[in-house]
Amino acid sequence: MSTIGGKKSTNYHEVSLWDMVPLAIVVALMFALTRTLIASAQGPTPTDDDVNRVARQLYCPVCESTPLDVCPTEACRQWRDLIRTMLAEGKSDAEIKQYFVTQYGDRVLAEPPNRLASYLVPGIAILLGALLLVRGFQMWMKPSTQEAAASEKEAQPIDPYIAKLEEELKNQK
Amino acid sequence: MTESTYSTPRRGVALWVQVIVWAFLVGLLAIVALGLRRAQQGTVQPGQKIDNFKLPLYSGYQFEGKSEINLEDLRGKVVVINFWASWCKPCEQEAAEMQQAWKEYESSGKVVFLGVDYVDTEPEARIYLKKFGITFANGPDLATRISQYFRIKGVPETYFVDGDGILQYVQVGPFASVDQIRAQIDPLLK
Repeated sequence: MSTIGGKKSTNYHEVSLWDMVPLAIVVALMFALTRTLIASAQGPTPTDDDVNRVARQLYCPVCESTPLDVCPTEACRQWRDLIRTMLAEGKSDAEIKQYFVTQYGDRVLAEPPNRLASYLVPGIAILLGALLLVRGFQMWMKPSTQEAAASEKEAQPIDPYIAKLEEELKNQK
Repeated sequence: MTESTYSTPRRGVALWVQVIVWAFLVGLLAIVALGLRRAQQGTVQPGQKIDNFKLPLYSGYQFEGKSEINLEDLRGKVVVINFWASWCKPCEQEAAEMQQAWKEYESSGKVVFLGVDYVDTEPEARIYLKKFGITFANGPDLATRISQYFRIKGVPETYFVDGDGILQYVQVGPFASVDQIRAQIDPLLK
């Protein structure tokens, strides 16, 4: 209770520390909310697994046939760092891969680019190969004309005279 | 018992099948041979005319205010094309010498140095350029088109092209001194 002009004021509320508590809670909540919003705008820090998920879809640019996630060279380490930075910026896997293709060419991709020719050429080659194999097997398995004629002849009933002769020769033994 | 007089049956493969199989094998061998020839061919050789290429330049490393350079636009000048990368340790051995040589020829206006950054990341490349105080035009070899054209075998490699666009000298590996660089440029200026 305070006094104004030497008189006791009855409609004046003295502010205590307890009165500040709700205000402090509101301020703290607002602060926490702001921090959360800023953090979500930046995106979470990418883990090694996140980086390797993208890295294994790419190949080392300077060594033969080595996926980026297991490549020990300095160039690969730089690339993985770049992937981490791009993931932290919120870039998708596809966007990162596209960036690498633009910078270093198709050859960095673990899988060939999704183009019609990528499927058409091997598809036609496989079809052609299969046709050739089938045709080849058919020809190799099919008896030749002479062989067919021979088997036909062999299938004919045996001459009774020859059969009798062979029988007698067998008995003589 | 009778003796068969039949001739041994032949299981022949049609001629067209044989032709296709042989054509396929010859084609396969041709591809392998071409690949081997290309591998053994090495870099482009002196005496060869160098085709035009475009090199986008890093900001801060432009040439006469241009953010992209065309080799065609440099006809009449000696062009020194240096392939490098920030991850390449031998490149560091010649970086200071390259910069020193550039400073010597820059004012003449008759020589242009081009740094072609091979499969590198821009942040690391910038650190490298800053570390060695490099000021000549530099840019990334996008999709490795330029290095594929020159058939480089590694970095560093440096190509000296005369004013007519003819390749005059190839340096594989780092230069040991500025004198070595001068020794290649000076004859081309005469």
